[in-house]
Amino acid sequence: MRDIREKLLKKIHELFDAGVVDRVVGWKAGEFCYDVTPALFNAGNIDEILYDAFCGPNQSKFLVKGAEGGEKKILALLKPCDTYSYNQLITEHRIDPEKIYALGIPCTGMVDINKIRALGISGILGIEEDGENLKIETLYGTESCKKADVLLERCLVCKGKNHVAGDELLIPDEEAPEVPKCAERMTEVEKLEAMSPEERFNWWRSQLSKCIRCNACRNACPACTCRTCVFDNPSSGVSAKVNTNDFEENMFHIIRAFHVAGRCTDCGECSRVCPQNIPLHLLNRKFIKDIDEFYGEYQAGAEPNVRGPLISYTEQDVEPSIVMTRG
Amino acid sequence: MLKIALAGIDRLFAAIAASKKLYLPIENAGEVEFSEYSEGAKVRLDALQTVKSAKDAFFPFTENMMQFHTDGKNISVEAAKRVDEDFVVFGVRACDARSFSILDKVFLADPPDSFYAARRAHGIIVGLACHRPEETCFCTNFGIDPTKPETDVTAWIEDGVLYWEAQTEKGKALTEEISAFLEASDEKAVEEQRERTKKILERLPLANLDLSYFKTHPELEIFKRPEWKELSSHCLGCGTCTFVCPTCQCYDIRDYNTGHGIVRYRCWDSCMYSDFTLMAAVNSRKSQVERFRQRFMHKLVYNPINHEGEFGCVGCGRCLRKCPISMNIVKVAKTLGGEQA
Repeated sequence: MRDIREKLLKKIHELFDAGVVDRVVGWKAGEFCYDVTPALFNAGNIDEILYDAFCGPNQSKFLVKGAEGGEKKILALLKPCDTYSYNQLITEHRIDPEKIYALGIPCTGMVDINKIRALGISGILGIEEDGENLKIETLYGTESCKKADVLLERCLVCKGKNHVAGDELLIPDEEAPEVPKCAERMTEVEKLEAMSPEERFNWWRSQLSKCIRCNACRNACPACTCRTCVFDNPSSGVSAKVNTNDFEENMFHIIRAFHVAGRCTDCGECSRVCPQNIPLHLLNRKFIKDIDEFYGEYQAGAEPNVRGPLISYTEQDVEPSIVMTRG
Repeated sequence: MLKIALAGIDRLFAAIAASKKLYLPIENAGEVEFSEYSEGAKVRLDALQTVKSAKDAFFPFTENMMQFHTDGKNISVEAAKRVDEDFVVFGVRACDARSFSILDKVFLADPPDSFYAARRAHGIIVGLACHRPEETCFCTNFGIDPTKPETDVTAWIEDGVLYWEAQTEKGKALTEEISAFLEASDEKAVEEQRERTKKILERLPLANLDLSYFKTHPELEIFKRPEWKELSSHCLGCGTCTFVCPTCQCYDIRDYNTGHGIVRYRCWDSCMYSDFTLMAAVNSRKSQVERFRQRFMHKLVYNPINHEGEFGCVGCGRCLRKCPISMNIVKVAKTLGGEQA
């Protein structure tokens, strides 16, 4: 990753020097080795931009606001999976690609600090990549784990090393390192489908009862870009805060999943940001699986400006009575 | 000092729960929260922190205040019952324990909040000392001793044994009730653990956070710092930091139409939200920069001004671990406090 970062900084300098862009959305180092903050950089602090195994956050949504107001284009650094969200935002007219210079950057899988902690590793002071392993310095001694065991959920089912959008690639996709796929995308959904309705209801109730209505899932979601969310509209009769009846929290997530169905690229930000580790992406994946099965394989954001299956009509479309049988 | 083997701790929990509601760090769907104990619950005394803080036991996430019933043209109002029976919150860490005294200064100030006051009067807190702090812990900056929480009873876990020491009258009364389960012990194991922990505390990366800037510079100067814009530029405007924070205390009061009447309840609110303090007109803080600034000004500046120099932070580190973009009070303090931070 060090080589990639050096190459990246050189390229960013070139783009600034050539007057193509005047600001860049990047990642800033934190207090520790893992708490990277997305941030906006300008010509003066380019060299502070970080790129390592903790730069997981999908930055595409920031461009909705970030692309406005500059004199020149804003530089977006897009990992392969980020380009799907980028395309989808173009399709939905939420970003104007004319105001953005999108640079595709390679990725070898991003690490989830929560998964390292879940292994019982605490007091983390430093993490170094050591081949397939991570060497972790802690207050309580040196630990290690396999990187593949602590990847973000989205990386376990990586969409591959190819970028599907962008003005330029830092290195050609074919020269980028291969990204191993560690899990099948629908395995967890299939487990839920195999449950009885009662089991499934109880499983989701148990997960969703943890929700604290922080709205991090909604606010991080690149598909949730309404100028004012219905839950933030005081006249709507619903609220973005916790209710007296916890069924509201459950319904909130189901409503949100319906709202992004057919548009969700499965970027996994919802689950990544959830402070309660609710596997919200599984709601979205269930919709993706059903859409794939009813209307043929479809990946939201694979290309810009296409009409997805839920907003285009064909005579072969599945009947609602059949959809209803899917539970 | 008293003790009980951890192997038999369930009998102690059952004995307390027989006469009182007992709240413990309990795991549900992979996460640990203070929840009411029942037999078979997955108690996690080993968890350093719950997601929501222990304030949930005194100032719950959501609580009913009153109900309105309609019958023809008659409306009746029924006030929610205040807590009137003793309950025990077991396993509270020193940071969360300190947060109660910060919350008290708001909720018990005249006129006292009767819901909160009733819970404080009836709540018995069993604190649990830390012996394996995380890198995100910085409670010692606020004069907190994590090896001895300020609670009614303090407990330590060492080598399969839970040590128990009553600190207050309430704690003594609880100890009396369950004395059959406890046996006398010397203090050697606890003292050794405290010494060991103190050495770890000195090595914590955030052990020496200098917050003096916020007490030595004028409020308005801090308020006007240009850095707020950059610090907040990627803030998602979600409520995670406020909801995991032990000292955040804002709430909203809302009505819920059940179809058979109205339930008036209050719920935690977040100054990060666009409809915060939205009343007759608009939220006075129109942008996320202003909302973000408000939260940190409250913790670092307004709280010390209003409460004899006490910061509105206990250094639990929850916001450091949970913020989706990893922006937090330490980064804000260091950015604004410059060399002094």
